[in-house]
Amino acid sequence: MAFMGDMINPLPFWQNGPAPAAFYNFPGNSSNGPIGQSTQDFKAHSANPITTTTTVIGLKFDKGCVIAADTLGSYGSLARFRDCPRVLKVNDLILLGSGGDYADYQYLRDIIEQKIIDEQCIGDGLQLKPKSLYCWLTRVLYNKRSKMDPLWNNYVVAGIQDGEPFLGAVDKLGTAYEDATIATGMGAYMATPLLRDALEKGPLDEESAKALARKCMEVLFYRDARSFPRYQLGVVTADGVIVEDPVELKHDWTLAHMIQMK
Amino acid sequence: MSSIGTGYDLSASQFSPDGRVFQVEYAAKAVENSGTVIGLRGKDGVVFAVEKLVTSKLYEPGANKRIFHVDEHIGMAVAGLISDARQIVETARSEASNYRSQYGMQVPLKYLNERVSMYMHAYTLYSAVRPYGCSVVMGSWSEYDGPQMYMLDPSGVSFSYFGCAVGKAKQAAKTEIEKLKLADMTVKELVKEAARIIYLVHDELKDKQFELELSWVSKGTKGRHQLVPREIATEAENQAKQALADIEDSDEGEM
Repeated sequence: MAFMGDMINPLPFWQNGPAPAAFYNFPGNSSNGPIGQSTQDFKAHSANPITTTTTVIGLKFDKGCVIAADTLGSYGSLARFRDCPRVLKVNDLILLGSGGDYADYQYLRDIIEQKIIDEQCIGDGLQLKPKSLYCWLTRVLYNKRSKMDPLWNNYVVAGIQDGEPFLGAVDKLGTAYEDATIATGMGAYMATPLLRDALEKGPLDEESAKALARKCMEVLFYRDARSFPRYQLGVVTADGVIVEDPVELKHDWTLAHMIQMK
Repeated sequence: MSSIGTGYDLSASQFSPDGRVFQVEYAAKAVENSGTVIGLRGKDGVVFAVEKLVTSKLYEPGANKRIFHVDEHIGMAVAGLISDARQIVETARSEASNYRSQYGMQVPLKYLNERVSMYMHAYTLYSAVRPYGCSVVMGSWSEYDGPQMYMLDPSGVSFSYFGCAVGKAKQAAKTEIEKLKLADMTVKELVKEAARIIYLVHDELKDKQFELELSWVSKGTKGRHQLVPREIATEAENQAKQALADIEDSDEGEM
């Protein structure tokens, strides 16, 4: 057992306590790890996503960004967990959306939240910026995948970077790109044309951007077999971040009778 | 005074014949030489005030703060050797982060206090290390427990307080604090009292310049520890200076 130790190699009583003649353990390195266990003990393997979430869409408007995602956690083809929020307010400058394995998102979410707490403790008024989080996420995801132990997620990072709206995506391979419109999962095929068409006509304001996002969520519900009519919208502007409570989509299946299959 | 501990005061692992551990007592001496820190626990929150002595006009104002945030909901005001105190703060932050990671909630102050006390105590057990030369005052407010405040000293002993003071003028400060009916006062009132007491006990002759640091955590801040907002802090300081001027102007002279 890990807790025993023996006469020749006694286990320490506590971590980071007085250790005469030992090298200093910089704080923050082993606060989450069990005593004495190193990362080499874990076997690297490709993950299988278990509880998954679907599309995240993001789009820029004149003064900020919008992110939308539904609240379903699918267990394979079973629509199992209907309250899995995945639009996260990171701080007053950053909004994060996630799709893919929900457990992997929860893991990173806790780490990111602790990052923000640590930053608040320093209390120097400086805040994490969207591009920094985007870069950090890319590095983490790329390095995990390079060890054949990926976090099976698609992230959409939105925020205000030096006064300008920022929107970027990172996937489980560590591929990162920025764009004015982003859609992951099934949305990449279905929502992308809708989003790009609208933005081609000219920049949007907040209300039209939200309306466009809602429209995309509606289309996705009709067509994505792993979607759900309840979704969350998040908006980030220079005034801050608002993540709205989940809203229910109004969907109309009356035209279903018109569809004829030969 | 200086020859009291001779022979038994060289290491923390030795008792003296009359049952004292001198190294721990000497650590407490280091705390007594530092600027005063007071903590006041009221009805709806906790207020800290620190008399931060400024030894040179060349320092940037606001440098070397002595009030720290531990996690979102706990404040820590320190007295004594500031670099020792920073290590305690770092340890407390690490413990709070650990608790949050394991239990999914912010650490209740009672548990953090136990962990930090045990940590400080560990350094009083060995001859290879010295005890921490600092006292820390920790405070928080939560919906569940209400306002809480603990003070820890270099021996690792800690108590929960309604009002406490450490540092140079702790005796004078304690006398003032005892006059207050803390349980009935809100943090808005306590901020003014804390500022007033610091200005009152500050020794103008021995230490010229000082900066007043004020922080609070209360129901009003939704359990978030923060430095008192500038307008409120400035108002409290001005009232404190006024109160001091009133005493000097009046016929009573010295207090």
